[in-house]
Amino acid sequence: MRRFALISIPYLWLLALFLVPFAIVLKISLSDVALARPPYMPQFDWATGLWAFLSELDFENFVWLTQDDLYWKAYLSSLQIAFFSTLLTLLAGYPIAYGMARAPEEWRATLMMLVILPFWTSFLIRVYAWMGILSNEGFLNQALLWLGVINEPLTILNTNTAVYIGVVYTYLPFMILPIYAALERMDDSLIEAAEDLGCSRLSAFWLVTVPLSKSGIVAGCFLVFIPTLGEFVIPSLLGGSDTLMIGKVLWEEFFSNRDWPVASAVAVVLLLLLIVPIVLFQRNQQKQQEAEQ
Amino acid sequence: MNRMSWFNTVSLSLGFAFLYIPMVILVIFSFNESKLVTVWAGFSTKWYGELMQNEAFLNAAWVTIKVAVFSSTIATVLGTMAAYVMVRGGRFFGRTLFSGMIYAPLVMPEVITGLSLLLLFIGIGLDRGVLTIVLAHTTFSMCYVSVVVSSRLVTFDRSLEEAALDLGCSPAEAFRLVTLPIIAPAVISGWLLAFTLSLDDLVIASFTSGPAATTLPIKIFSAVRLGVSPEINALSTIMIAIVTVGVITTSLVTKHQMVRQKRDEQEAART
Repeated sequence: MRRFALISIPYLWLLALFLVPFAIVLKISLSDVALARPPYMPQFDWATGLWAFLSELDFENFVWLTQDDLYWKAYLSSLQIAFFSTLLTLLAGYPIAYGMARAPEEWRATLMMLVILPFWTSFLIRVYAWMGILSNEGFLNQALLWLGVINEPLTILNTNTAVYIGVVYTYLPFMILPIYAALERMDDSLIEAAEDLGCSRLSAFWLVTVPLSKSGIVAGCFLVFIPTLGEFVIPSLLGGSDTLMIGKVLWEEFFSNRDWPVASAVAVVLLLLLIVPIVLFQRNQQKQQEAEQ
Repeated sequence: MNRMSWFNTVSLSLGFAFLYIPMVILVIFSFNESKLVTVWAGFSTKWYGELMQNEAFLNAAWVTIKVAVFSSTIATVLGTMAAYVMVRGGRFFGRTLFSGMIYAPLVMPEVITGLSLLLLFIGIGLDRGVLTIVLAHTTFSMCYVSVVVSSRLVTFDRSLEEAALDLGCSPAEAFRLVTLPIIAPAVISGWLLAFTLSLDDLVIASFTSGPAATTLPIKIFSAVRLGVSPEINALSTIMIAIVTVGVITTSLVTKHQMVRQKRDEQEAART
């Protein structure tokens, strides 16, 4: 009896507040615009039966998504931004993780804390910090002007460049931590062995260190890619009006256009896009766990 | 390896400079006299004073704290239960669905979580306010808590629990007297994580809050959309200071505990 309560309380909570809401999104994405206008009652009438339910389904909203090229462009540009910023984060994060794993042992706990600290600081504040730096009169332009690198201020804020900077900055800890965890476990004598056997330092790095940290690299990349794909705060604060990202489109469909069925359809498609990376990520984590055991 | 190569020194210095310079600039300009956030005009704390006078911000801060305390506490209870069920529950009907529902919110884009919960609340006719934000935050943060707690439960030596049961404890007593004290650090860090996630959340709170309840991130977001302002810098500085003190304290406490645990273990091994 007690076991039953223990299982059923969190189970029911998640059913009611995770699964049911999601079913509602699915249902609304398949319903008529007129039907779904607020106040919409997402009711499933068993009395009319399954057939009536199915015949009510309407793929109009999904057809709409394919017809208006705004959505296509938003999905493609989200994928593009997520992909390249993941790559940039990897390029920035790997040397840091590598440096941390090679640092003297008594420093590592402190370095680790320094990486985690920004993660606990408000995401919104970390994005906001860049608004003051990247603006036309901002800190970066002032510094570059003063150094004489440029003659007139660069426009960075409200462009895709600013979005890339924002993503790399806010998600860097997610990349560093798994790579560091993988590198720290590595046995240094393997590198020495490779060097003894005639590898140059660079090829020892490519042939030994990188493959051994592969699980960390993969985990870090997914931890950056997955949330970036649906990102809303960064494109809306740092991006410009021409920065198209699907999280922003969904937000605007919902709050500005009040078009719930289309917003729900956008959400469903975004989730479909995410299924592949999520499954691959899960598989990577499982493989890693099995390797540890 | 004891000495650092120049490459590692450079990459670490550049990396940490990148991570910290933006926040340092933010903090410095919160003490700027001028309304312009980018031109230094002398030291002043007047923006902190104005912040304290700003009732909208103070109200929002109060709502945010209330939401965070309630949601993280409920999430810790539910998340610990869920972790216990996942690690110790054995087989039960719908186990795969259950573990799926625990992991899915971790990777679900916030816009989707927010949208779906809002549609639910409207569907059942629940007025949006503090209650709906608490429900929403509890749901996603309980999943984080359960991941943190279950990683501790997996490494837990089960024979301790069995010994307590053999010695006449009821399962509830065994949990309270043996299991809970051992997993307590994980439960506490789960609570802290849930608390911070709730304080930090903008997207889900925007969807699930009503006109009656505005949280601090929502307030900051709408102010920041209009551009940079020294008042927001002051507010950010306060938040950064709180987090820094919190993180440093926790890490010192855990370090202290680890040292003590090591010593205890060594002594136990000797006797």
